[in-house]
Amino acid sequence: MFDEKVIAMLLEGIRDTLYMTLVSTIVGYVIGLPMGIVLNVTREEGLNPNKIVYRIIDFICNIIRSVPFLILLILLIPFTRLVAGKSYGSTATIVPLVICAAPYIARVVESSLNEVDAGVIEAAKSMGASNIQIIFKVLLVEAKTSLITGATITTGILLGYSAMSGTVGGGGLGDIAVRYGYYRWQTDIMIVTVILLIVIFQIIQNLGTFIAARLDHRKK
Amino acid sequence: MKEIEIKNLTKKFEIKDHTVTALNGVSLSIEKGEIYGIIGMSGAGKSTLVRSINFLERPTDGQILIEGVDLAELSKKELRKKRSEIGMIFQSFNLIEQKNVLDNICFPLEIAGKKKKEARKRAKELLGLVNMTEKEKSYPSQLSGGQKQRVAIARALATNPKILLCDEATSALDPQTTESILNLLKDINEKLGITIVIITHQMSVVTDICQKVAIIENGQLVEEGLVEKIFENPKTDAAKELISGKKITYSPLEEFDVEKKIRIVFSENSAYEPVISNLILKFNSPINILKADTRNVGGTAKGEMILGLPDDEDIQKAIINYLKERGLSVSEVTENV
Repeated sequence: MFDEKVIAMLLEGIRDTLYMTLVSTIVGYVIGLPMGIVLNVTREEGLNPNKIVYRIIDFICNIIRSVPFLILLILLIPFTRLVAGKSYGSTATIVPLVICAAPYIARVVESSLNEVDAGVIEAAKSMGASNIQIIFKVLLVEAKTSLITGATITTGILLGYSAMSGTVGGGGLGDIAVRYGYYRWQTDIMIVTVILLIVIFQIIQNLGTFIAARLDHRKK
Repeated sequence: MKEIEIKNLTKKFEIKDHTVTALNGVSLSIEKGEIYGIIGMSGAGKSTLVRSINFLERPTDGQILIEGVDLAELSKKELRKKRSEIGMIFQSFNLIEQKNVLDNICFPLEIAGKKKKEARKRAKELLGLVNMTEKEKSYPSQLSGGQKQRVAIARALATNPKILLCDEATSALDPQTTESILNLLKDINEKLGITIVIITHQMSVVTDICQKVAIIENGQLVEEGLVEKIFENPKTDAAKELISGKKITYSPLEEFDVEKKIRIVFSENSAYEPVISNLILKFNSPINILKADTRNVGGTAKGEMILGLPDDEDIQKAIINYLKERGLSVSEVTENV
């Protein structure tokens, strides 16, 4: 159906898409996870309430999350150029993806941690646990399943956003879909890229759900 | 020796723009090796009181002394060390759901920086103590309430604490399970000599295993002493209500109720003599039994009866004297039964 060139291009697209999605998820978590922990810890009922810190992070998260991704992508072009050296291609796209993902991840992590039973935290306190011990040995352990579910959802969203970045030359399957499907009217290539995106999304989602279920000991 | 001393403890909570006083000038001391009950209706402040003992709740005023050490004077680190010497169990067990039984028990040891191997060895010993050895690989969700509390007790004992605080530890359990958990606590108290503080709203818990009891009402200590004494002769309404399990309401109608009521308490040895039958035969007048019950108070059976006496005041006095002579504790009852 397709010649070798197209197949090679699609394979490259898959590789770039996975590269953007996974790297931005990982870097997003490197920034977002500590932010989410700080949000949980500094909230009013948290381990170490601190209104000022909470409000600052809360504000940053809300501001970034209220800008639609496509606009953020364009707004951040100068910054992206500064960090990645250029403003197009898959590596460059990771910059806005991370900036978009980090506050989202912070929120997802915060809500997962907020769900941890206050009684369990109190029990740990009564044993003489320090706040750091409670964060790493209780909060993150108890919220494990919920955190993995959150990470799965985040990865799915970043997959979609990475495709969206194709409109501004971001590379990957989204880029192919825009170039061939939109500019050249090659519907067949566009449909193939869409199917590939669906398949990748399904794999990520099912893998996430499977891991979360395997690690959950709450109901068995 | 005094293990826990609570001096003039006051705790106020700021809620929006008004202050709620949860505890108001409570003072009591608990001896080493004692099983001490703190009882009160819900909202009386007893949970705040027990949570003050390990400073989960910082007092607004007053002092907590553990073996003579004022907790307020400790640094954060010292306080954490102190807390590891005070075990605590809860109504909702509060086990870590994502860890299995063995790891849950290892948890306080891990926090204290013990080696994994050592922690596991200790955890296995404790599982034996609470009779849960075969469940070491189970997760909390696979256990019943009573089993969860057993694991929680083992966890609380892992660091060899001198004190065990029980915050409504049996309130979520059925009567049989409650009994088995209370027996376990008693056993631990005897074996390890650990001081146990039990917070409850159930009088039966106190009469079953506590030697001493404090009654808390509206944030204040209203009555304190040996369980036996308070059970025999409750002075305050709060104590009477907790013993009878009913709210006392004073209605003006009662003043017209001419029948005189007394509450008698007898222990095992006096239960051999048919006191009531003899009483009726002797005075040749009707006695109305309004309520009768037996209870296990600190290991001895205590009978409790509420009697309605005839109207004649002389006979009333004579009956009361007769009962007192037979070693029964007699008190007047003014409320409805």
